[in-house]
Amino acid sequence: MQGFLDSLIAQGYFPGIPRNLVYAGGMLVFTVIVVVVFVFLVAGVTTFVERRVWARMQSRIGPNRVGPQGMLQWLADAIKLFLKEDLVPAQADARLFRLAPYIVVLGFLTAFIVIPFGSRLIIADLNVGIVFITAVTSLVVVGILMAGWSSNNKWSLIGGIRAAAQIVSYEIPTGLSIMPIVLLTGTLSMQGIISQQGWAPHTWFVFNNPFTFAAFFIFFTSALAEGNRTPFDLPEADTELVAGFVTEYTGVRYLMFFLAEWGNLYIIGAVVTTLFLGGWQIPPVTSGPVLRAVLEFLTFFVKSYFWVLVAMWIRATLPRVRVDQLMSVCWKYLVPFAFANILGTAVWVVLWPAGNVIVQYLMVLAGLALAWYFFRRVAFHLRRARVRERGELYLSPLA
Amino acid sequence: MNRNGYLRNIKDTCFTVLDGMAVTLSYLVRRPTTIQYPDRMAVRVQDTLPFRYRGILEVDLEICTGCLACERACPIDCIVIDAEKDKQTREMVLTRFDIDMAKCMYCGLCSEPCPTGAIHHTPEFEGADYSLESLVRRFVKEPVKAYKLKKGGEDDPEILEFLDRGMRYVEEFASPEAAPPAPKAAPKGPAA
Repeated sequence: MQGFLDSLIAQGYFPGIPRNLVYAGGMLVFTVIVVVVFVFLVAGVTTFVERRVWARMQSRIGPNRVGPQGMLQWLADAIKLFLKEDLVPAQADARLFRLAPYIVVLGFLTAFIVIPFGSRLIIADLNVGIVFITAVTSLVVVGILMAGWSSNNKWSLIGGIRAAAQIVSYEIPTGLSIMPIVLLTGTLSMQGIISQQGWAPHTWFVFNNPFTFAAFFIFFTSALAEGNRTPFDLPEADTELVAGFVTEYTGVRYLMFFLAEWGNLYIIGAVVTTLFLGGWQIPPVTSGPVLRAVLEFLTFFVKSYFWVLVAMWIRATLPRVRVDQLMSVCWKYLVPFAFANILGTAVWVVLWPAGNVIVQYLMVLAGLALAWYFFRRVAFHLRRARVRERGELYLSPLA
Repeated sequence: MNRNGYLRNIKDTCFTVLDGMAVTLSYLVRRPTTIQYPDRMAVRVQDTLPFRYRGILEVDLEICTGCLACERACPIDCIVIDAEKDKQTREMVLTRFDIDMAKCMYCGLCSEPCPTGAIHHTPEFEGADYSLESLVRRFVKEPVKAYKLKKGGEDDPEILEFLDRGMRYVEEFASPEAAPPAPKAAPKGPAA
């Protein structure tokens, strides 16, 4: 990158501009291109994958006509929305109404700055990385509230207010369940947290002790609520609020809200992977820097996308909670347990500063036992269905 | 809420969520119920419908007698027939036979009084079109002689084919119990 910019300066492209400024500008342009392309692709493909996975869980097929297996459906939808008229309601606060989607998108795009895709694939390893993410993702609530207020529509306003109440409440368990990890590592930097975990599951922080195991579930639940995902999608609750704060939006601005929603989903997965699941750590299989970077990226991407799939799966399963239930889940259940996790982890760190390997293995076993119980239940539900379908399993993703 | 209620809530939440997710995961590995109509079906839907299914109306002008019984029977006047007597040959000539399928309510009252079964429903039901005008089916392209039932029975094999079909239609109308069962669907058309 630097060499390329040097050659450009040598050819006299940037006369009179300090060299450092050119470097900074070049990096900024490069970053924006990479992040925007990555984010748009991931968010777009996620919309398609979500619709297909969701459909199969509801015994449907889902979009399969646009392109091979409907893979271009997301592109068609995006182009359609780009071509739509950009409406601003007559009674709306036009300036805020136009600004709101940008703030929402800004809130989630900025978070990509500290997402560690590999030991070197990170835009900036800020020393406050994880706090930075919680800070910028709560910028989304400003945009949502702005959209809800400026639309001058009751549904939008209720949606916006609900989003504000929900995100502000769930920030607390989210932040509190980050703390056990910070206690264990003594750092807030994303790379610092990952470098203290290993590739083997028992070295991941989720299996470090029972408290981090609980913190993992609390974090994932409250992160879903922060990202306005089912079962906590009250701000957009279609059945009661039309579309909540996006009711009055059309075209590109509507698209931006959904881009932020699906992009946020990936950020949730990435943060969960970084904090609890060992991030990009891979076994020492190769020393080639390029191959290593690719493997690290793939490891990180697979781990984080798995949680995106889990969020889709939850969306296909759980009904939306009521507003009072939403608040009671947060304040009566998640927050006290998150506090207990911090205290427990603090005691744990005092007792075993280097971690307790036996407990780590036991926690892995507990995780496996949970998975085993879960798959027993899946097999049970499959057996009940087999009366009708004569033992037929249909594993092909094609339709 | 007492302490036990609090803990039971947590336990119930965990297990019900887990079980619900097991149900949806089990559906992920089952065959979808959706049938992809119309282009990815093993058999065309029209081929699976019974002989007397009330789909879009059709008129076999070869055996239409021009009696106007159907026009009179139609409760919403969606059938318009113009029949004139040719001055020279003294025969009935049909100059117009229009059915407005946009108005038709598929009651089947027009095919009931038809003496030859010329007007009948088909199993075709895909009638979507871009304009109301194109839903009007005009059967008479150029004036055509009305059919006359012959005393000694029909001898033209081409017309006999229409007549046999038409009479079967009329007879099944009169006594549906005696009608032969609907033709079994032939497995044809593009495979899914």
